[in-house]
Amino acid sequence: MKPALSKKNYGPLYAGPIALWFTLFFAAPLIIIVLYSFMKKGLHGGVEWEFSLAAYEALANATFVTITIRTLVTSIIATVLTILIALPCGYFMAKSKNQTLLLLLVIIPFWTNFLIRVYAWIAILGNNGFLNDFLKATGLVKNYIQFLYNQESVILVLVYMYLPYAILPLFSTIDKFDFSLLEAARDLGATKLQSMTKVLLPNIRSGLFTAVLFTFIPIFGAYAVPLLIGGKDSYMLGNVIADQLTKTRNWPLAAAISMVITVVTTVGVFVMMALQKREARRAEEAARFGNTTTLEEINNAAEIPDSHNPAGGRP
Amino acid sequence: MKGSDVTITGVSKSFGDFKALKNVSLTIQKGEFFSLLGPSGCGKTTLLRIIAGFETPDCGEVYFDGQDVLGLPPNMRHANTVFQNYALFPHLSIFENVAFPLRIKKVPNKEIKERVYTYLKLVELEAHAHKKPSQLSGGQKQRVAIARALINEPSVLLLDEPLSALDAKLRQHMLIELDKIHDKIGITFIYVTHDQQEALSVSDRIAVMCQGDVLQVGTPHEIYESPATDFVARFIGETNLFDGKVVAVEKAGEELLVTLDIPELGAVKVTTVDQVQVGQTVSFTIRPEKIAISTEKPKTTRQDINLYEGVVDEPIYSGFQTKFYVRVSENLILKVMKQHSNYSDEGPEIEWKDSVYLSWSADDGYIVEVKS
Repeated sequence: MKPALSKKNYGPLYAGPIALWFTLFFAAPLIIIVLYSFMKKGLHGGVEWEFSLAAYEALANATFVTITIRTLVTSIIATVLTILIALPCGYFMAKSKNQTLLLLLVIIPFWTNFLIRVYAWIAILGNNGFLNDFLKATGLVKNYIQFLYNQESVILVLVYMYLPYAILPLFSTIDKFDFSLLEAARDLGATKLQSMTKVLLPNIRSGLFTAVLFTFIPIFGAYAVPLLIGGKDSYMLGNVIADQLTKTRNWPLAAAISMVITVVTTVGVFVMMALQKREARRAEEAARFGNTTTLEEINNAAEIPDSHNPAGGRP
Repeated sequence: MKGSDVTITGVSKSFGDFKALKNVSLTIQKGEFFSLLGPSGCGKTTLLRIIAGFETPDCGEVYFDGQDVLGLPPNMRHANTVFQNYALFPHLSIFENVAFPLRIKKVPNKEIKERVYTYLKLVELEAHAHKKPSQLSGGQKQRVAIARALINEPSVLLLDEPLSALDAKLRQHMLIELDKIHDKIGITFIYVTHDQQEALSVSDRIAVMCQGDVLQVGTPHEIYESPATDFVARFIGETNLFDGKVVAVEKAGEELLVTLDIPELGAVKVTTVDQVQVGQTVSFTIRPEKIAISTEKPKTTRQDINLYEGVVDEPIYSGFQTKFYVRVSENLILKVMKQHSNYSDEGPEIEWKDSVYLSWSADDGYIVEVKS
């Protein structure tokens, strides 16, 4: 037999462009940030090429810890709310006959600039905004209600901003879900809620995972929303980084805070992956629970219970 | 007898302009293997879904053992469904799929194990308990679905075309299995199918449905031998069906011996218990297997034998039998079925273009409907 001469392995060659892309736009910036975080602060920004742990030492102060915790809590609350809203939306879209229209409605906000949409919320929630005008016009309030510049408004706008990112992956997995399984669950004795938690949710786990990642990660690094919508007490890590870069001109500290964000989100991803694996293992164990049954046990299993087995047989 | 009787009275259901069910009433007895048979779109699945609780009828009532169940959601009805596409939970093992209803009820683990294996044994899948549904074949999935539907010990089992996704051989096998399970458990089975062969072979009784109406309810024998309408005659098995005019009626014991005039065929003698009168138009059916075919003229002097001559237009050989399309007159072809039985079944083979004699007795024909 003639050996196939042309059967060379072109795999690495094909992978070349994407490898280059990742090196240039992903690995290199990350390496730069890591390096900068371990250097001495330059006088007018930038760094001096000298090893230093000063940036990390600076992290160990109460203000920074408070902001980190606040960022984490805000991100978790906003993510949970986003998912809770996105789930029924995705479910409804998957069941709807007007999927294209609804998809369009979800995507339309992307056509408007991110900042414009943030300012739109200011126009709505501001002291002289539409909402207050409306409330005043209806006589519900006399003066105005301070909606903006607090934690709640930041969370509200964050949820609004990242809702599409949660709806889309959830919709696409729920769309593939076989709805007759819900009927089967109901038929087998499950209530409506049980059919959702025991059959729908486990089967759309991958979509949930994606939705959580797509919302938690950007929210954890949020900058514009807390800056424009939040008050003094809603500063998040993203704002601290910006301040260090532009005002204090402490680039190593900015890099170190970036590292904190990277580490927290990476740990978050790993924790979620571990949780997923544990779920899968649990399912496996449950299956083994069936599997470990000995032959004897199988044989001991009763015949069809007497209550269920009429003497006569067929009519 | 275990199981519930199911009474359906005056049930109607529309989807938009489409009337899926038109005032359907049925009584299904305890422990009966009852089939809803009809072509797609006849409303049989809609009726099953109403019984299961997935659809609400526009009007009418459904009773299990005399108790109105329409107000109850599916999970509160003592009926379980075997779905057409199995609807096994892909994220759970076979064991957990079957255990699902018990887990919902929070039955203790030990009892769950015992009961799940009882039912897995019933469907002979105890060795596959740890597998995922995706690892099973179609027939096995179907059996899991049956075990899962039975484990709650429902009083009614609803089967929605459960065998339609299986190949022909497996279908036959599963059908026998289903019948065995029914004999063993003895609850009411309501079986939806479009396959008349399936329905005939396992049912105690069959309801033939068409366009939202129930046309006939009866035993397989009644449905096949005495179809109530032309549709039933045509839908169940193969048949030759004609309209003809009654030209003579004479009493023959309990029955009437009727002579029909069928255009293109001529005079046909048929016995009936229906009250028919001279001048009426009736539809007449004769099953292909009831027609004798021979190349030589049958030697009989019986008065009630119908005898025609024809030419074989098309013989279709299928192993155990041959179907002949025999042209009796210019515009009329009769279907004839001849079984190839055994050594006594001699005589020259009948081939294409052969001239043949067709005959049947007046008792073998059947008057389906009196039309006017």
